[in-house]
Amino acid sequence: MNPVLEVRGLAKGFGGIRAVDGVSFDVHEGEILGLIGPNGSGKSTLFNCILGQLAPSAGEVRIDGRAITRTRPCELNRLGIGRTFQLLQVFPQLSVRENLLLAGQEHQGSMWSRLLGRRDAGLGAAADRMIEFFRLSALAGEKAGALSYGQQKLLDVAMAFMAGPRLVLLDEPAGGVNPTMLAGLRDRLREINAARRATFVVIEHNMEFVMSLCTRILVLAEGRIIAEGSPEAIRADARVIEAYLGH
Amino acid sequence: MKRFLLPLLLIPLVAAPFFLKPYGIYLLSLWAVMTIAAIGLNLTLGYAGQISLAQAAFVGIGAYTAALLTTQGWPLWAAFLLATAICLAIGWLLGYPALRVQHHYLAFVTLSFSTLVFLVLRNEEWLTKGVYGISGIPRPTLLGWSTKAPVDFYFFCLGVLAIVSAATWWLVRSPWGRAFTALRENAIRADSLGVDTRRYTLIAFAIGSALGGIAGVLYAPLVQFIEPTAFALNLSLNLLLMVIVGGSGYFLGPFLGAAVSVLLPEWLRFSEGLYLILYAIFVMVLMAFCPAGLLGLAERVRRLSR
Repeated sequence: MNPVLEVRGLAKGFGGIRAVDGVSFDVHEGEILGLIGPNGSGKSTLFNCILGQLAPSAGEVRIDGRAITRTRPCELNRLGIGRTFQLLQVFPQLSVRENLLLAGQEHQGSMWSRLLGRRDAGLGAAADRMIEFFRLSALAGEKAGALSYGQQKLLDVAMAFMAGPRLVLLDEPAGGVNPTMLAGLRDRLREINAARRATFVVIEHNMEFVMSLCTRILVLAEGRIIAEGSPEAIRADARVIEAYLGH
Repeated sequence: MKRFLLPLLLIPLVAAPFFLKPYGIYLLSLWAVMTIAAIGLNLTLGYAGQISLAQAAFVGIGAYTAALLTTQGWPLWAAFLLATAICLAIGWLLGYPALRVQHHYLAFVTLSFSTLVFLVLRNEEWLTKGVYGISGIPRPTLLGWSTKAPVDFYFFCLGVLAIVSAATWWLVRSPWGRAFTALRENAIRADSLGVDTRRYTLIAFAIGSALGGIAGVLYAPLVQFIEPTAFALNLSLNLLLMVIVGGSGYFLGPFLGAAVSVLLPEWLRFSEGLYLILYAIFVMVLMAFCPAGLLGLAERVRRLSR
């Protein structure tokens, strides 16, 4: 079976610093791949290079065998790739429901139908289902900016799934979320993964979260992959312990 | 409550000219025209977050299109069509720099364009008659209804404002309006959600500029004499003031902002020599204590009273 995502020799430098240094890996359909590493190991830069937010210095990215290096982020989204960012990225002046409508509207009809057609772009029922699924029903009409940090984080993740993507890259989804909400988030991600065979790549510092959610883990240090394997194997890997704790 | 708000606002607008002298009716007509131009700028700046100091240039292009065509015997609707098309096209092109630069850098790009248009209007005498201006601009007759009298032309302006308002209301509540807001609040996130931020930036500039052009087409027969200085930087800054004082990004912001900018200085004339000083103090105090404008202030009061 061909991988959904192929990354080959991806590199990105900033001046003299090589933030990502020749990274290669594959992600298969239905897989939940964890990407961990100490601060500054190049995880977010790698995400940004894969998703067109940064132009890589070298290497190639393929989705379903099709080269997408340097494809614009909005076009990648239309190819079925969703993402969240390390820092919260909801639209504070729009309501929770409108945030979700926005997240799906560009996949509906033509430009003209989005101007002249229905206000909810035919996504009203889908948005309501997503609101219910992420347990945000009581907040549907609230402006996103008025929500707590954890609630905004849930909304942020929900938005990434609104267009029904096949591949979602989640950058620290557990960051700043309280333990109760975190368990809910993990359950939601598992349900989506099982129901849609959606593929995830998850950057995360919360080891408990990443070890319990992911089926395979890559460890990045100084821009390179230093270890790869199951959560159990990674937990016991001496190179990983050294990268986190230092010499 | 909202259902009754619009008729309540419309009644004084319809009744007012019957109680006013011609100068008062002229001011109300000017308010309607400037509101249209400010609605355009509010779309570009308030909703889509793209600063523009070129709105006066588009009002000028619209006004000169109307003046040149109607003094040659063309009907005003032809000027509406041509000015809208020209301003849409130029506005779209002016949007390209916004894809590369933002904020004050974009302000300077649009300022340069505004200066360029002003120089063309002043120097290309063969077309615009330069500093001598164009006079004798006729007011239109629509299906036998002459708008020559001030009150008739005021209702004509009010009708165009109603159409523009309805269309803009539809636009800002459509998925396009949502995409504009997303563009203003977080373009990178919007892009990652499939919103083609480049295309929406160009659309915001094009539609905002076209509304400037439509305002210009009404402005020419309102004043019946136009010359280049009316469309210089001063007007762009005034339109920017209207949008910000009213409440940038609020639908009703331009209506209020244009009222403050056009009507308030006149109402303050009772203070004789002090009226411009009072007006300036009002604007400074408002901006210092409520940078979100009058409607931002109203929302703050509403939230506090909950």
